[in-house]
Amino acid sequence: MTDLLEVAGLHKSFGANHVLRGIDLTVPAGSVTVLVGPSGSGKTTVLRSLNALEIADQGTVRIGDVSVDFGTKPDRRALRTLRAQSGMVFQSHNLFPHLSVLRNVMEGPLVVQKRPAAEVRAEALTLLERVGLADKAEQYPYQLSGGQQQRVGIARALAIKPRLMLFDEPTSALDPELVGEVLAVMKDLAAEGWTMVVVTHEMRFARRVADQVLFMDGGVVVEHGTPAQVLDQPEQERTQRFLHRLNDPI
Amino acid sequence: MDESTVELIKSSLGPLTEGMIKGTLPLTAISFVLGLALALVVALMRLSPFWPVSAIARAFVSVIRGTPLLVQLFIIFYGLPSLGATIDPYPSACIAFTLNVGGYAAEIIRAAILSVPRGQWEAASTVGMDYPTTMRRIVLPQASRVAVPPLSNTLISLVKDTSLASTILVSETMRKAAELAAPTFEFFTLYMVAAVYYWVVCLVLSFAQTRLETRLDRYVAS
Repeated sequence: MTDLLEVAGLHKSFGANHVLRGIDLTVPAGSVTVLVGPSGSGKTTVLRSLNALEIADQGTVRIGDVSVDFGTKPDRRALRTLRAQSGMVFQSHNLFPHLSVLRNVMEGPLVVQKRPAAEVRAEALTLLERVGLADKAEQYPYQLSGGQQQRVGIARALAIKPRLMLFDEPTSALDPELVGEVLAVMKDLAAEGWTMVVVTHEMRFARRVADQVLFMDGGVVVEHGTPAQVLDQPEQERTQRFLHRLNDPI
Repeated sequence: MDESTVELIKSSLGPLTEGMIKGTLPLTAISFVLGLALALVVALMRLSPFWPVSAIARAFVSVIRGTPLLVQLFIIFYGLPSLGATIDPYPSACIAFTLNVGGYAAEIIRAAILSVPRGQWEAASTVGMDYPTTMRRIVLPQASRVAVPPLSNTLISLVKDTSLASTILVSETMRKAAELAAPTFEFFTLYMVAAVYYWVVCLVLSFAQTRLETRLDRYVAS
């Protein structure tokens, strides 16, 4: 399998805080990679660097045939091209509150990609059906539950036809009973062959769906491998400690 | 109230209405629309990361807010001719009020733009939008909700501020009242009638503001 995503030597500082200290990462096409680690480990920053929401100081990100070298101060157009390769689902959905659910999903293809409205609308409705929300098309985001909002977020991200789907703690802001419906949609996407990079604390999702798990701490990838390797037989002491805290928090 | 006062009020209604319709209202409308356009430009300049641009905007706002409107009006009408630019009363007033609205509304619009959460910008960029598209489709519609109440205040102030144009001979409501009062010495009566005219206009605008706010709130949980 060819690698769809390739990250090499990613560095990022926020002021004096060196949050990414050389991240290397490859994601084969059609596979699911889960990033885990304590808060402040840099996992969200890695994810946000993949679509240039954070501009890394150094390193390269390649998605398919689009490659950006952050060391050379890429221009806005290069960053936009990189962004177009991936769809992003946020922790706090970030749906557009002034637009209906359907318009939220249509906005990218219609306004940015300037595709015909009828076609975009039909596709958006199909996407909403896929995340189980066809009947909510005309509602506004505030009228939905957290889980439904997050599923609309997934549909909106899919609508731009990305090659890669990024999930930034998609269930962390949800009530526990709503987590399942979002993870179920993500599991379906994985089964359909979507390439996904997911930052999450849902270890059961990682075990069942991930092809690869990366454990990050202190701005580096401490350990990576299959879920069984990293989550069940971690070699590194830092990984063991983190998983122990996660499994037995009290 | 004696009969002659009633007669005076009756005979003043025509000229004052004319002053309102030909003077106050168009002056307000023109200045507000042009002023808002100017304010949007100034607000965007103020938010520019390029410092000379934001410095120009900041200086403009500072001058407009830091000097009396009457002085601005006099500079344009009485002052500019000595520099060789003579402008008629009505356009002079339009220019002064437009600049004034531009300065005040710029800060309102800037604050409203900044009130839109960062996540909205990020979400817009992940669906591929550039800065102008994000501004137009995502940020300004949400900012408008925040900006409507303070901008309504600006508009209502403007209606009343246009009475200052009477000092540069624009025949608006206040000027008409003064012209009618001068020969009769009925200042109290005529200025009271003028006050009622302004008040009625402002009542209508307040009502419109409430309607608009309700409309803009339709996508927010109550």
